[in-house]
This record gives sequence, structure tokens and C-alpha cells, in this order.
Amino acid sequence: MPRYAYRRFPYTTPPELRGAAGRRWPVVVVGAGPVGLTAAVDLALQGIEVLVLDDNDVVSVGSRAICWAKRTLEILDRLGVGERMLAKGITWKVGRVFHRDRELYSFDLLPEAGHKMPAFVNLQQYYVEEYLVDRCRELGDRIELRWKSRVAGVSQTGERVRLAVATPDGPYTVDADYVLACDGVRSSVRQLMGLDFAGQVFEERFLIADVVMAAEFPSERWFWFEPTFHPGQSALLHKQPDDIYRIDLQLGWDTDPEVEKRPERVTPRIRAMVGERPFELDWVSVYTFQCRRMERFVHGRVIFAGDSAHVVSPFGARGGNGGIQDIDNLCWKLAAVLRREAPEALLASYDEERIRAADENILNSARATSFMTPKGPVERLFRDAVLELAEEHAFARRLVNSGRLSRPHHLGGLTLQTPAEDPTVPMAPGAPCEDAPIATPDGRRWLLELLRGGFRLLHRPGDTPPRPVDGVPMLVLGRDFEDLEGLVARRYALAPGATVLIRPDQHVGARWPEFDPGAIRVALARATAGVPS
Amino acid sequence: MNEIGADRLGSAADDVYAMLIEAHAGLTPEESHRLNVRLVLLLANAIGDRERIRAVIAAARRHPRDPSQRTT
Repeated sequence: MPRYAYRRFPYTTPPELRGAAGRRWPVVVVGAGPVGLTAAVDLALQGIEVLVLDDNDVVSVGSRAICWAKRTLEILDRLGVGERMLAKGITWKVGRVFHRDRELYSFDLLPEAGHKMPAFVNLQQYYVEEYLVDRCRELGDRIELRWKSRVAGVSQTGERVRLAVATPDGPYTVDADYVLACDGVRSSVRQLMGLDFAGQVFEERFLIADVVMAAEFPSERWFWFEPTFHPGQSALLHKQPDDIYRIDLQLGWDTDPEVEKRPERVTPRIRAMVGERPFELDWVSVYTFQCRRMERFVHGRVIFAGDSAHVVSPFGARGGNGGIQDIDNLCWKLAAVLRREAPEALLASYDEERIRAADENILNSARATSFMTPKGPVERLFRDAVLELAEEHAFARRLVNSGRLSRPHHLGGLTLQTPAEDPTVPMAPGAPCEDAPIATPDGRRWLLELLRGGFRLLHRPGDTPPRPVDGVPMLVLGRDFEDLEGLVARRYALAPGATVLIRPDQHVGARWPEFDPGAIRVALARATAGVPS
Repeated sequence: MNEIGADRLGSAADDVYAMLIEAHAGLTPEESHRLNVRLVLLLANAIGDRERIRAVIAAARRHPRDPSQRTT
């Protein structure tokens, strides 16, 4: 199997340095990683022109983020790269947890069928970036990608942001209505603005290796506590495409990262794990854990998303997935503000919703990290006791924490959502939408493919005939689509008459047992930080 | 069926584990030991049922890696 062929993206002299007048952009995205490129595609699909600046000219070196969660795949499917990821990636949903050489338990992340996207797809970050760059190019002149363009200065007034950009041909400035800082954990935009990035560093190191080998490991996530091949530590095995396995090995704090990266140190560790199979090392890195977040993500006209705004330890796949979900939350709001369909105040809800999501991700990943790397002798006693009890007792298996895997954040109780009359109803306001198989006159499709392009009203006919409200398209069960397996009605608890307001990011904004145009109008205004028409 | 070890914590499991660890923050090993004893006594009283407590003690004494105790 040939190794991944890294492509260089061509740098061209920007118009500003060719004597042409620069233009003002509605949005400049800083950083062409998965988060920044996703933002560019999402905004372009909503008719917003985007300039993307990246200080490099190549996709991610090394596999880095590999586990793409169902919700992320649904977002990227909406943006047009989900099916390509599904075709290339390794689909999995089962995880197994071992203690020493015994399997403690296994879990199934998607026990029910009837979803277009699987629980997880493993795919190296470089493929995801490549597919997103291809998608940007398909969108033609709405997205301009500028490589080897480093942001060297940020200033803003109430009206615009001005970025100083350094290139191989020299510096220039560019103005934007908004800047999205998607420039990663060492964000230069954040540093140039002098903003804090507070949090917790865990005193632990992990070796991470991409190993090329022909092996028969199933498409599952395997995690070991204290395996005999790596005594006293933890280990994780993930399968990736191209016969590449991701192996994470806990090293302890008293190790030298530079020494541990050397092939003569890495090879025996991998050998102990995989036995006599031939293998090659494709990429090796050593990392420490951090959990940090900015106090706020929206700073005037500069908005932070992904690792620039918050960073988590990797067990749980909450970094890359959290970043993509930031973009899903932000871009419809930003597009509505730029089109003057919603007040700027709508952007404050990005802070409210995604800070709570970031805190949930940080809490879960910090707990998983603490379980793997107990801080003191008492914490270790508790951890070891849980592992001992887990062989026999169901409750203790539930306490074993090898990473709580990324789930979409429930936005219930936050400002934009209208509380339901019955707060115990399934798919309550704030819930991420569930998929289901449906049929339309075009043939067999998926519900989430219909819930795209703006607000939608999902309705099951009852006593009051529905009619359009404020131009929001209605999706009437049995009229506009057929509920092939009855899963739409079941997953959305659609009794006759039930009406659900779906946000552009496929979260429930409000729901009612009957069709009530007045209530829908009020809820729509609330969901866009506006006043009812 | 293992009734004593059945899961009763549900989705609160991680919260409860974190509460236990947090309770020991800043304590010396000796202080932690004493805290654990107080916890055992209070939890026994919270269970409030001699036969259940007897079953819990029996489950805790069965060390799964002690071959003489292993039943499988």
C-alpha cells in the first residue's frame, strides 16, 4: 500500500502585492485545518464569500485527528464531503476495554439501525483536509485559499477587522467584516490579541504512532489498562485506512519526549504489542494532555472556533469533533447576521451554546485522563479497585473510563430554545436531530438530508391543517415524505398534530403538540435573537 | 445474576466517581484512610439493611485476582 502522497498547495502572489486593489471580505478564516475549511465551505454554501489564510501549504502532517463522530459526519455530509469520508474511512461502532489480558467489557455506540452515518469513521486528518480543499475548489470563486500567508497583526474597530498578513512576497493588509480564528491550539490570532487560554495540564505523556502493517484486527476501538505488553500503563489501538494502525502508549511523566520518539525506542514497544508481524513506522509523536478554554469565544468581530478556543485531551475524540460542531453552530448565525436577517446579538448565542459544549467536552476528557493517569496513591487505589471489581460487577464496568466518546451537545435550557410544555418529551428543545430512513418522490433518502438549508418545520397531520409560517418550509409526514420504518414518528415522538421547529444546525428549537402559527412565529424570532414579526 | 453489583448509578456514574476522588483532595494517605472508613460506616447506614451489607462485604472480599477466591 503506497503511503499518503502529501500535496503542496500552490502559493500565488495575492492581488494586494501585485499592485491591484485589495477587497474587503465578509469573512476571513484564519487556519486551513479541518475546522477552518469546514467554516469556509459552510459559509460559501450560504452565499457568503470567504478568504482563507494559512501559514503553511500542506495538509496535516501525520494522522492527528482520526475519529470522526456521527454528528460530525452528518455536518460534513451536509457540506458535501461526508460520503467521500464514509467511502474511504474505517467504519466502527464497537469498543472493547481490556485489563491486563482479559476483556472487561465491550460497548456498541450505535445499537439501532436507521441512520445514514455510522457511530464513527476513522480517517486520517490529512484526507479530511484534502477532501475539504477539493470541496472549496468546487465552490469556485466564493472561496479563496491563500497559502503561506501568516497573520502577523490583528486590529478591529466596531466596523471591521484589519489583518496584517506576511507572505513570501512581503506584507499586506486585508479587511473583513468578521474574522474566524481557526488557527489551532497555538492560535496566533489569540496571541496577537493578548487573550488568555487558561486550564489544566496533566502530567502525563503518550507516545502516538501510525504503524503500517497487514493485520487482521477488527474495525473496533481497543483500549488496555496495564496490558502485559506495556506493563503498568495504558494502550489504545485504532484501525485507519491504508493498512495503518494508530497506537497510543502511555509513557509516564518521567520520560524524555525527544528520546521516546526515536525509532530504536518506539520499535520494541510496538513489537511487544503486535508480535512478529512485519510493520513500518509512518509517523511518531509524543504529546502531553491539556484541557483549556478561552473565557469567551466572541471578541467583537473576531470569533474563535476549534482548538484555538478550547483544547481537550484526546481520549474521547472530542477535539476535532468539537471544532466541527462549533462551526455548525456558528455559520448559520454569522450568515444570518451578514445578510441582515438577524441582529448581531445572535452571535452571543454562539458563546452561550458552544462554551457549555466545550465545558462538557473538557469535563469528560479530563475525567477520562484522570482515570487513566491517577494523580496520587489514593486515586490510584480507587482506579485499581474499579478495574478489579469490573470483572464481576456491572456497576464497576460503568465506572471504567477509557474515554467517553464525542456526542453532540444538547442545547436545552439555553436562550434560543423555546421550552416545551412537557419538558420530558423526547427530542425536547435543544436536542440534536436524529436521522431516519424516509422516501420522497426522488426515492429513498434520509431525514437529515431534508433538514438542510435553513429553519424547517417538521409536522405530522392532526386536526389543524398546516400552512406556511414566515416562509419556513414545512415537512409534513405522509405528504412531503414517507416515514419508511416509522422511525421519524418514533424518534421525534410525533403524535398527530405534533410540530417541531428545526434549527439550521439540525437541533430542535421548539415543539408543540399542535400546529400553532402564532407560537411558531414567536419561537422563530427567539431562535434568531429577534423580535416577533 | 449479581444483584449487589448491578448498576444503580446509571448516567450519574462518572459524577459519583469524581465526587469520591474530589473528597480526598488535599488529604494525606492517613487522612484518606480515615475518610474512607467514615465513608464505609456512613454508606452502611445509608443502606440500612444488615443482609445487604453482609452481601456487599462478601463481594468486596472476593478478590478477582486471588485464584483461591475465583469461582469461574
